[in-house]
Amino acid sequence: MADKTLDAKGLNCPLPILRAKKTLKEVPAGGTLEILATDPGSVADFAAFCRTTGNELVESTSDGGVYRFVIKHVA
Amino acid sequence: MTDHLDTDTNAKTMTIIVTKGSLDWAYPPLILATTAAAMGVDVTLFFTFYGLEILKKKLDLQVTALGNAAMKMPMMGMHMTMPNIINMLPGVDAGATTMMKNLIKKKGVASIEDLREAAIESDVKIIACQMTLDLFEYKPSDLIDGVVLGGAATYMERALKSDINLFI
Repeated sequence: MADKTLDAKGLNCPLPILRAKKTLKEVPAGGTLEILATDPGSVADFAAFCRTTGNELVESTSDGGVYRFVIKHVA
Repeated sequence: MTDHLDTDTNAKTMTIIVTKGSLDWAYPPLILATTAAAMGVDVTLFFTFYGLEILKKKLDLQVTALGNAAMKMPMMGMHMTMPNIINMLPGVDAGATTMMKNLIKKKGVASIEDLREAAIESDVKIIACQMTLDLFEYKPSDLIDGVVLGGAATYMERALKSDINLFI
């Protein structure tokens, strides 16, 4: 279970990333944030976001048009 | 004023010169600026000429269909393009703007107001071109708060130290 969940379904670029960044601040270091999105571009974007910021993308899956990401708050 | 533009020296930096003030052209600089800021990049936007429209307290950005040859709007399952002779008619820009705003809402795309707000919240530095204010007879009070006035030298100082410099 993630420490916090962000529902970014229906939002388009760059909103899922902007909301995730904002919500990540509310997650303690070492904690995890779960993000649900429907924007197909977010698959590549969350991977790039995590590589660039040093946060860890623990999970990136999709189920019935909903993408699920779990980010571990490192940086 | 210099304090306001001071940056964390360890962060990567990006500057964008924002020259266009139509609804569609306002998106690329604001999307890049807010996303870069979310990724830890120190961002400076320099608004000049029509780009200043994006800083007005009351936004009234329009789509300009005339001369926008590649502009196609989705309509009834197809994509519609219009010849210039139609696009020059009064009301076409207003219609295209309404259509674009409806699409923006329907597709979950952020409004320009929201992106501008997000840019300010994430400490994107905003410089308004003093010369353009003079040229178009705008007052600093026409613009949103938190804007620094400056000129080409103010921009160049930041651009010379920056990892990415874009012109939009």
